[in-house]
Amino acid sequence: MDPTVEQGATWPDAIYAHFRRARIRQVGYVPDAGHSRLIQRCIDDPEIADVVLTTEEEGVGLVAGAALGGMRAALLMQSSGVGNCVNMFSLIRNCGFPCLILVTMRGEFAEFNPAQIPMGSITEDVLRLAGFLTYKIEHPDDVDEVVGAACDMAFDGNVPIAVLLSQRLIGRKVWSK
Amino acid sequence: MLDRRSCVAELLAGRDDLLVVTGLGAPTYDVAAAGDHPLNFYLWGAMGSAAMIGLGLALAKPKARIAVITGDGEMLMGLGSLATIGVKQPRNLSLVVLDNRHYGETGMQASHTNSGIDLVAIAKACRFAQARAVSMQTDIESARRLLHAGDGPNFLSLQVDAANHERVLPSRDGNEIKQRFTQALAKLS
Repeated sequence: MDPTVEQGATWPDAIYAHFRRARIRQVGYVPDAGHSRLIQRCIDDPEIADVVLTTEEEGVGLVAGAALGGMRAALLMQSSGVGNCVNMFSLIRNCGFPCLILVTMRGEFAEFNPAQIPMGSITEDVLRLAGFLTYKIEHPDDVDEVVGAACDMAFDGNVPIAVLLSQRLIGRKVWSK
Repeated sequence: MLDRRSCVAELLAGRDDLLVVTGLGAPTYDVAAAGDHPLNFYLWGAMGSAAMIGLGLALAKPKARIAVITGDGEMLMGLGSLATIGVKQPRNLSLVVLDNRHYGETGMQASHTNSGIDLVAIAKACRFAQARAVSMQTDIESARRLLHAGDGPNFLSLQVDAANHERVLPSRDGNEIKQRFTQALAKLS
């Protein structure tokens, strides 16, 4: 079942193009329907090490290690995964590591599952408390410009940044499929 | 039972360009006691992240050798990372767990390994190329060679005694530790 993301939606390709432009060479992720097209792009790219994680907090260590080795990395996760990372984010702040996270949102727009609301509704606040700047995208037309800006902020501006990809952008979960 | 401090010093003897990541607590002090080095990345927090920092580094620097030296409690908090490392199969990464079966920093409470939870068996199940327990002083030299030259991913569980050693405290400034590490690494390559 691939319950989300209109299969024809091409905005993940714009994110991938920015990964190439920014020379991101490691991408850590927990499998996610909203990120599935982008994840596949990364898997298909022999220059990108795709690292499937058992939990998102592993990804914070991964980006720290990549940065120590002089390599750029990005993390893909759902809003629930942000909650899993909270203590690990101290590593980013304490050492000043660059960090770029793309977050597919749940629990914030046309959500049908009550279990997604508690974390989804505090995701942006949690990220800010942990020292991240946040950008939110609701329309496909904004993906290219905003993700490009986020890459610049992460790797040139040296500020931890999370891009929140709204449920409005991703599309409703169709439960019948 | 092995003495942790002398074992770590022996494992790091002749370290050359070995990159070392340390888990918070006693492993950080043990590695610092063996000789402060710019290619040491000391953790003071983010418990459970040491192995994954090692993986990120191993993927970024495939020609370098990376050793993560941590404790049983820290490894237990990041058990999933063993599976993640097993998927990627980094040949240049070794994990060394100084297993004293206790949480030394918080008052010597028993850890899961004290009840027979077998980290080596878990590492084997996670497809580590080499996974072994080291309990004899005479096995330290072969463990050292594995760390410096063996095809990984490698997992060594050193069966150390629960004695507390003097704390040897390296810098706690994360930015400084990072800068020093990246500058030293840039000079190598």
